[in-house]
Amino acid sequence: MIINHPILGPRDAQEFVYLGDASLIDRPDGMADGAIATFHDYLYQRTNPAGEHRELWYHEQGDRSWLVVTRHTVTHEIVKVELARDVARAEGRSK
Amino acid sequence: MRYSGFRVIAEALTGHKGWKPIWRDPEPQADYDYVIIGGGGHGLATAYYLAREFKQARIAVLEKGYLGGGNVGRNTTIIRSNYLLDGNAPFYEFSLKLWERLEQDFNYNAMVSQRGIINLIHTDAARDAATRRGNAMVLNGADAELLSRDQVRRMYPFLNFDNARFPIKGAILQRRGGTVRHDAVAWGYARGADSRGVDLIQNCEVTGMRIENGRILGVETSRGYIGAKKVGVAVAGSSSKVMAYAGLRLPIESHVLQAFVSEGLKPLIDGVMTFGAGHFYVSQSDKGGLVFGGDIDGYNSYAQRGNLPVIEDVAEGGMALMPMIGRARLLRTWGGIMDMSMDGSPIIDKTTIEGLYFNGGWCYGGFKATPASGWCFAHLLAKDEPHAAATAYRFDRFLRGLMIDEKGQGATPNLH
Amino acid sequence: MNQSNRIAGGQIDRSQSWRFTFDGRQYTGHPGDTLASALLANGVRLMGRSFKYHRPRGPMSAGSEEPNALVELRTGARQEPNTRATVAELFDGLRAASQNRWPSLRFDALSINDRLNSFFTAGFYYKTFMWPAAFWEKVYEPIIRRAAGLGSLSRLEDPDEYDKGFLHCDILVIGAGPAGLMAALTAGRAGARVILADEDFRIGGRLNAETHGVGDQIGADWATSAMAELAAMPNLRLMPRTTVVGAMDHGIYAAVERVSDHLAQPLPGKPRQTLWRIYSKRAINCGGATERSIAFENNDRPGIMLAGALRAYANRWGVAVADKVAVFTNNDDGLRTATDLQAKGVDVVAVIDSRSAGPLLPGIRHLRGAEVIDTAGRLGLSAITVRRADGKVEAIRVGALGVSGGWNPNVNITSHHRARPVWNDAIAAFVPGDGGPSGLTSAGAAGGVMSTHGALSSGQVLALAALDGLGMAGKASNLPRAEDAPVAITPLWYVKSGKGRAWIDPQNDVTFKDIKLAHQENFTSVEHLKRYTTLGMATDQGKAGNVIGLAVMAELTGQSIPQTGTTMYRPPYTPVAMATLAGRSRGREFKPFRLTPSHKWATEHGAVFVEVGNWLRTQWLPREGETHWRQSVDREVLQTRKSVGICDVTTLGKIDIQGTDAGAFLDRVYANTFSSLPVGKCRYGLMLREDGMVFDDGTTARMAEHEYVMTTTTANAVTVFRHLEFCRQCLWPDLDVQLISTTEAWAQYSVAGPNARKLLQKVVDQDISDAEFPYMAAGHITVGGLRARLFRISFSGELAYEIAVPTRYGDAMIRKLVAAGAEFDAVVYGTETLGVMRIEKGHVAGNELNGQSSALNMGLGKMVSKKKDSIGMALSQREGMEAADGYRLVGVMPVDKSVALSTGSHFLALGAEPVAANDGGWLTSMVYSPHLGCHIALGYLRGGDTRIGTRLRAVNFMNKTDVEVDIVSPHFFDPEGARLRG
Repeated sequence: MIINHPILGPRDAQEFVYLGDASLIDRPDGMADGAIATFHDYLYQRTNPAGEHRELWYHEQGDRSWLVVTRHTVTHEIVKVELARDVARAEGRSK
Repeated sequence: MRYSGFRVIAEALTGHKGWKPIWRDPEPQADYDYVIIGGGGHGLATAYYLAREFKQARIAVLEKGYLGGGNVGRNTTIIRSNYLLDGNAPFYEFSLKLWERLEQDFNYNAMVSQRGIINLIHTDAARDAATRRGNAMVLNGADAELLSRDQVRRMYPFLNFDNARFPIKGAILQRRGGTVRHDAVAWGYARGADSRGVDLIQNCEVTGMRIENGRILGVETSRGYIGAKKVGVAVAGSSSKVMAYAGLRLPIESHVLQAFVSEGLKPLIDGVMTFGAGHFYVSQSDKGGLVFGGDIDGYNSYAQRGNLPVIEDVAEGGMALMPMIGRARLLRTWGGIMDMSMDGSPIIDKTTIEGLYFNGGWCYGGFKATPASGWCFAHLLAKDEPHAAATAYRFDRFLRGLMIDEKGQGATPNLH
Repeated sequence: MNQSNRIAGGQIDRSQSWRFTFDGRQYTGHPGDTLASALLANGVRLMGRSFKYHRPRGPMSAGSEEPNALVELRTGARQEPNTRATVAELFDGLRAASQNRWPSLRFDALSINDRLNSFFTAGFYYKTFMWPAAFWEKVYEPIIRRAAGLGSLSRLEDPDEYDKGFLHCDILVIGAGPAGLMAALTAGRAGARVILADEDFRIGGRLNAETHGVGDQIGADWATSAMAELAAMPNLRLMPRTTVVGAMDHGIYAAVERVSDHLAQPLPGKPRQTLWRIYSKRAINCGGATERSIAFENNDRPGIMLAGALRAYANRWGVAVADKVAVFTNNDDGLRTATDLQAKGVDVVAVIDSRSAGPLLPGIRHLRGAEVIDTAGRLGLSAITVRRADGKVEAIRVGALGVSGGWNPNVNITSHHRARPVWNDAIAAFVPGDGGPSGLTSAGAAGGVMSTHGALSSGQVLALAALDGLGMAGKASNLPRAEDAPVAITPLWYVKSGKGRAWIDPQNDVTFKDIKLAHQENFTSVEHLKRYTTLGMATDQGKAGNVIGLAVMAELTGQSIPQTGTTMYRPPYTPVAMATLAGRSRGREFKPFRLTPSHKWATEHGAVFVEVGNWLRTQWLPREGETHWRQSVDREVLQTRKSVGICDVTTLGKIDIQGTDAGAFLDRVYANTFSSLPVGKCRYGLMLREDGMVFDDGTTARMAEHEYVMTTTTANAVTVFRHLEFCRQCLWPDLDVQLISTTEAWAQYSVAGPNARKLLQKVVDQDISDAEFPYMAAGHITVGGLRARLFRISFSGELAYEIAVPTRYGDAMIRKLVAAGAEFDAVVYGTETLGVMRIEKGHVAGNELNGQSSALNMGLGKMVSKKKDSIGMALSQREGMEAADGYRLVGVMPVDKSVALSTGSHFLALGAEPVAANDGGWLTSMVYSPHLGCHIALGYLRGGDTRIGTRLRAVNFMNKTDVEVDIVSPHFFDPEGARLRG
């Protein structure tokens, strides 16, 4: 597979390490009430679609960017690649 | 119709006119007591044991394609019970014991062949881990032996002992491990279930579930609505897709695992060999093909095919272990979709919806589990309580912190 | 025999004769021959035996789809089983042998199976061999295994080298027949970067096997001139002998180039084969079509081959397979074989045409509405039995029969992404379906356009389309004139006649009867048919028989072919040698080694190395006279604790963490607190995974207000860094914190023991007295003016430091430390001594940090701060992880001090049954402690924290030991820690 890195251009997927669903960006607050339940859903439960999937890839053999790649899990077609940091900020994550 | 050598001879002498269809192709009835979704190994075994062991009736298996077309139809055929952890070891040992009597049980030769499985050891730490595992196996009633380098060499003199990047220091051997003719498992269970009145309905894809007041009433299918008192889902690989009809999310990701077979070769490898340091395992089929595999491709996929890096990685592992296979040719590759669970272990459990039961999360260990999975799932369906060998395979183990993580990789499915 | 069957013409070089042997017998052939064409030229039709019935077989095809003529090529370590004689290029001195026969190809004992065929029907083995149960592994299976298999491996290491490479192009053209050549010309002329790959050694594809012209030239000559034009294009790479074997994702194709297979052995420095990963923007499948047979009784004898192959041997190789030949066809293309052979002077005795209408061939006995119903000839065809249109049966003596049942487009690669081919009634074949690999189109016969004109035209059209898609302007040129005959076929799949067997999948011996039985037993879906009968599972992967088998099943079920199903192909297109896929990753080059900065010094001093996560670390350093590793290790331990020892700890991961939020960041990624750590101090840190299990540990130092240095374990250096980047970029993107891995930047040495300070003080420029540099101090220092880092931390329990210098000074530093330590009789110690000392101190390491253990398991539960949110904090509080009967780290000593312990032993209560219910845990790590004079161990014991002082057994079934042990505190040595503060 080829991932079109938003900074570096097309790169072989072998340069990257896969983590999983981009929902892992949405880490809950560990100090909040009911944290065990929210963390359980966050860490373990997956939508696992047969279709477009937003997922985290890390450019380990490259610039160390974490990317959010939108890829179809049946055709493997990649429709979008974003810097995970930009995605995280857009989702309201900051400090 | 009972199969036997005498029968084969008698039919041969009379033109094979007497062989009957191995199963019927019934039209689906309006409703059943039990509907099993998924006519793969686990679904068929479940139906078989429901009928035979738990004496239940009015059972249907709904298969979207053809019977045995799940991962039972494409795998590397290995059976073993060399598990470490409390939640797993008794279950897989139960499964191995069922394998050992399976053919006589369902009167079909699935070629259960206990030719032994070795896991190679390359470091002191690996030997420590193998010792711990071997002892856990013995405590669970399984067999295990630790082999020295010389013992391994006597078994497989053609392994790379002299110029290896990861020198072989020994192995852990389970003699009762081996291989099984995978398709025959599906067919044997299907035949056994069919002959006990189970309706095996092919080309019947489930497209929805009818659920009211927290209770399942039946399933929508490509062949119409089918009512059911209880619905068991055994569709590993597609678990998330099917359970989404009930609005449930699972601790599972779907990943592709490739497997490989070489051209037919005269006998070379007698047992099963696992080379963990090189991500490679291999056995030789009765037909002569080397059957081998390695790691999953590592990204979510429902594509039933993989990519080149893993093919190369597996071949590299094979060559590193056995430099003499260089001129053997890879004949065919294929990819199966694995339910990779969050701790690498399966789930056989009720769901939050009354009457809906789930069996999945087998990672790439599902084939060897087939008999026990069917038996335990049938037990759960028939009695509404888990079988003693499968008490740990609950959904709530993640919430309660009771993960069964053989590899210690945590909630990262592609690392299990 | 001297090429008795060679006739005029062909693309072989008759000026040279090459000798070769088959089964020890010597023959001659010419450059341009394949092994099959050369053997046929010598009158040899028998080349192999079938898989199950051991039927005599000769080549069925003239290409890579060959199911029958499989041989063991070459000898010794280069022996290659299952090699298709039809594509093995002849070279001078070639040696080949037949396979799957004993004692000889002509007299094969297992051809008894053929006589017993009525017992060996499809799937018979599923119904028998079940009694008695123990006989399967002991009796039945060994017999089956010995009989099965095809060729054999030499069991010797492959002596040849293999390569891998990457190629990039705009357009990949697969196949260099008329469609491929036209596509490549069109794309190449437009300036696109083009790769043209063809599996054959001669460019031209089917043009080489045919007589019809292209433009004013014979087809093969046109191909040669096209090749000349292509070869002159700097933007085009012409790759003969290169098979595109697989379509991967995103335009990546796998291809195998047979660099040296046409030579006796590779030239020096050259690989045998190269695996190319071709990265293309567009690809055009011009892979042509494969002819299929017709099933009739005894249609498998040597001499019976595909009609297109029969004329290929005549046209391309100048070989008449026999003096008298016949053709059996259901389509017009088969008639070409008759006309071509007749033109070459071969006696075409009859054309058996199953169709009752259509053109009559002039000057040939053309029997319309006739069928071949049987054949004769034990080791080769001698006669065919024909049922004429009038119902009369006639025997015709022939030595070869060309059979044409139509042509199947080579859709193979288009279905590698699981797109299903679709049925095309007009040509009675499957053509590529929708949903194939993105960017791939199919031209010419591969796309179902079967005429030469159609191939040229569609090659050009699809090349123009590909160019257009890439924003490049292509130009349509005038196509050379070529035949444009329509496909004229009336499908005939099998001949209904008597009780004999009609082969469908020749190699696996799948006959019409097997398919009928599969139908009778309700294995009617395509997949069941395949799996039950083994149809399509031979080395040709169904190229010979799949479509016929499917059509037969369709007739039996009364359904159409598309209703019955479709054939699917998976990679590779043709089988690929394992060594080619492995390339140079073999032997010791399988994976890289990493060497530490002291490696050269250690090698000079005779160190024994151990591999730790690809690093080669010193395991111990034997001194003269030491014959057992324990002598060395005991000495290293005792001398370190008595005076001072030096150890290379460079492999530990090092991460520099800087920024105004560095402290806050560390508080979130560590379970304990680091923002409160004073500048110039270190702290032991415990890092959890989000699931609450211990991920890693190590010391982290605060070098300045906003500057920390983290150490990780060797094993987790990479994964910890990855995880920290995840936290930084994905979880808290606005924290001001920067990371860089400096594992390779610093050479780091531990100096431990009562004389550690004295030794180091000789080396460093600053005062490191206890007052100036107390326990857990950290700072930037200099060594002879060179920048360095110093940490007063201890894994050994001794007064100890770790000193880091830039890596390139690592070798100098070990020499400097050793020299400075001479007066203290300092030792350099390895990982074994490290292990002894850490276990004496009860520190956890790899065997305890197994990914299955929590802080509580390790006795470090109090380190998890619940006053702040950190990775893993929340889920570490789940009930199952806080259970009182969970595993706890304990120390273990044998009751009898002379008895050894073994890692991996399990705890059982005294007198308890050895069953899982009584399993108390296990020994994680074990060493011999020279200080305590006995083995000691760490272990995880259920409820271990409450069981200190109890007595249990450590049972090991692997080495059959059962040792009584005392459960003790894991802190065996200096539990108060007085020494490290010294």
